[in-house]
Amino acid sequence: MGLLKTFKLGGVHPSENKLSAQVPIEALPIPKKAFVSLGQNLGAPSKPIVKRGDEVKVGQLIAMAGGFIGANIHSPVSGKVFKIDVVLDSSGFRRPAIIINVDGDEWMENIDRTNDIVREIKASPEEIINKVKDAGIVGMGGATFPTQVKLTPPPGKTADTLIINGVECEPYLTADHRVMLERGEELLIGTEILMKALKVTKGFIGIENNKPDAIAHLSMLAKDFKGIEIVPLKVKYPQGGEKQLIKAVVNREVPSGKLPIEVGCVVQNVGTTLAVYEAVQKNKPLFERVVTVTGKGVSKPSNFLVRTGTPISELIEAAGGVPDNTGKVIGGGPMMGKSLLSIDAPVVKGTSGILLMRMDESHRKPEQSCIRCSKCTYVCPMGLEPYLLSRVSKLGNYEMAEKERIMDCIECGSCQYTCPAAIPLLDYLRLGKNKTGQLIRSRNKK
Amino acid sequence: MNIILIAILALGGIGVVSAIILYFVASKFKVYEDPKIDEVEEILPSANCGGCGFPGCRAFAEATVKKAKEEKNLDGLFCPVGGNDVMQKVGETLDLEIEAKDPMIAVIRCNGSHANSPGKVQYEGVSSCSFAHALYTGEGGCQFGCLGLGDCVDACEFDAIHMSDETGLPVVNNKCTACGACVEACPRDIIELRKKGPKEKRIFVSCVNKEKGAVAIKNCSVACIGCGKCEKVCNFDAITITSFLSYIDFEKCVLCRKCVEVCPTNSIWEVNFKPRKPKAEKAPKKEVAEAKPIDLSKGKAAVNSKDDNNDSGADRK
Repeated sequence: MGLLKTFKLGGVHPSENKLSAQVPIEALPIPKKAFVSLGQNLGAPSKPIVKRGDEVKVGQLIAMAGGFIGANIHSPVSGKVFKIDVVLDSSGFRRPAIIINVDGDEWMENIDRTNDIVREIKASPEEIINKVKDAGIVGMGGATFPTQVKLTPPPGKTADTLIINGVECEPYLTADHRVMLERGEELLIGTEILMKALKVTKGFIGIENNKPDAIAHLSMLAKDFKGIEIVPLKVKYPQGGEKQLIKAVVNREVPSGKLPIEVGCVVQNVGTTLAVYEAVQKNKPLFERVVTVTGKGVSKPSNFLVRTGTPISELIEAAGGVPDNTGKVIGGGPMMGKSLLSIDAPVVKGTSGILLMRMDESHRKPEQSCIRCSKCTYVCPMGLEPYLLSRVSKLGNYEMAEKERIMDCIECGSCQYTCPAAIPLLDYLRLGKNKTGQLIRSRNKK
Repeated sequence: MNIILIAILALGGIGVVSAIILYFVASKFKVYEDPKIDEVEEILPSANCGGCGFPGCRAFAEATVKKAKEEKNLDGLFCPVGGNDVMQKVGETLDLEIEAKDPMIAVIRCNGSHANSPGKVQYEGVSSCSFAHALYTGEGGCQFGCLGLGDCVDACEFDAIHMSDETGLPVVNNKCTACGACVEACPRDIIELRKKGPKEKRIFVSCVNKEKGAVAIKNCSVACIGCGKCEKVCNFDAITITSFLSYIDFEKCVLCRKCVEVCPTNSIWEVNFKPRKPKAEKAPKKEVAEAKPIDLSKGKAAVNSKDDNNDSGADRK
């Protein structure tokens, strides 16, 4: 294969720990009560259109998008709306949600529930985008950005390349890996649909080399699909970042502060692509997703097909329960995920994994003084100086932080991972980014 | 000899010419500055804290002199650090009558100490409230309560606010000048500037939780549950309840302490009152410190001492 492609600048290689890579996707039983959060996407929260006592079916629209950057929400279960109230989310805040008492499993009639793979794409590009919008599809890698917005480039900009993100560079997570192996053909049709919607002829699927089975499987299937190429990539974190993936696959660099469309690229996650296939070919809106439940102490690391709104505790129960020495439960991967305040929080569209860390793994080392080793600068995939930025954020000099391009930080955590003095660099960077963002917004308002 | 003479003459000549030029330039471009500005600045405490809303004492002095000249009053201009004394002196300098303002103090409206709101999780991130506020609700689980990481302490220029190790909450001492820096710094809007009160007696609701009572009390045993008892008992319309949270208007409050007695969760605080006569079972509940020294921590310590301060952390998840 020769030298594998990857991005040039920085990056780290944490131990992969893909414990559940060989475990097939298993459908989790439907919960007794579903807590459908109204804030499942980046941007405006959705507005509920059902009320207490209403009967709903699986796939029925229950909340409308709250704005241009917003997404519809469909009922993941069938039953009666118990109430619309606030429930604890994973960070402990109470946010509005629709609570549904489950009764049976009755689907909307227009959803094609057969396992037949529909190869022929009948929908026109406009119809595809409308269907994606109606189905409430958001970026399922974790950022939850509404997909239809990504599929409609701003005026004056055109896309020429679609990249499907099958990198899954976060350690432990295997949800995308399993989707590529088990739903390969549907994934490729989904890619074709997205290419048609964007009117591009070139589609790449970037997969890291630690998933040789997925690369082999998809390469074999891709022979039947025109214009789709599987690109094996060298294993390096954070290759799953949009900008890093574009650099790795097509060797283009997204300018500072700009979106990938600037260089003619659109990046979509594997899970999102599958959801697009299901929405366009099978009329099935987004209400279930694959979630990895894993961790070194977990007795049965698994990949579950879960309805959104299922409490996370039920997933953990199905994977063998919470081990005794658990110190931390993380939503997402170990690098970018956030630790959960309550495991009763429901699964949302952006939940890619649940990671249970043992007590001995879950504590931070005490912070020491910086020894000026410059490792953080060396590993930063955006070419920033994390040490400098963390210092200026700490001192509150946000003007300088802005000048030093703090807003380019993708919060991948490579700097903090590599720091031998265990300085919480990313925490300070996030703080600085938050404050600098406020500064910029207040300036733009004036 | 000759060389020295030339040097002296040349340098002296340059000096004289430059002096003449400078004299004319200075008189042509002279900026008139009211000498009163300097006088006022002399009086001000030179803390340069920005509590008055101006960048430093000089700017405040300029603003006062300008306003005195144009509007013949100083309404809306007040140096919280100097207080009434300084403002009276400023008034004398500018020949104006200054109305005395009630002295104010920063008040912490949260009592979610380790004992009252035991930690459910352990936070290991950086010591910054604004960061933690964006991340999660807080160790005790209350999304309105104090995070205990000390952004207010960092903001204070007067050494007037400190974190108490025992309760994990900030404590204001009487060095407070009510400059408002901590109010700005708190991401959860817990700190409020309230009237110091006669003999520094104050009553306030020590909670900012806007959730329903049942939810609020789950995370913190001294949360305001919005039951409305205090509103009913108050004869002076000083108490209002909005979204399950009681608020006492310090302009209307006459410090009768009726609300303190009826509060079922002890979320209304009295500070610097003499201890009540022991009255059956009520008495030990609200023991608040002797008249002096004036220190909020006494109030908190008293409330907390009911419970053993369990040193959480070891058994937290």
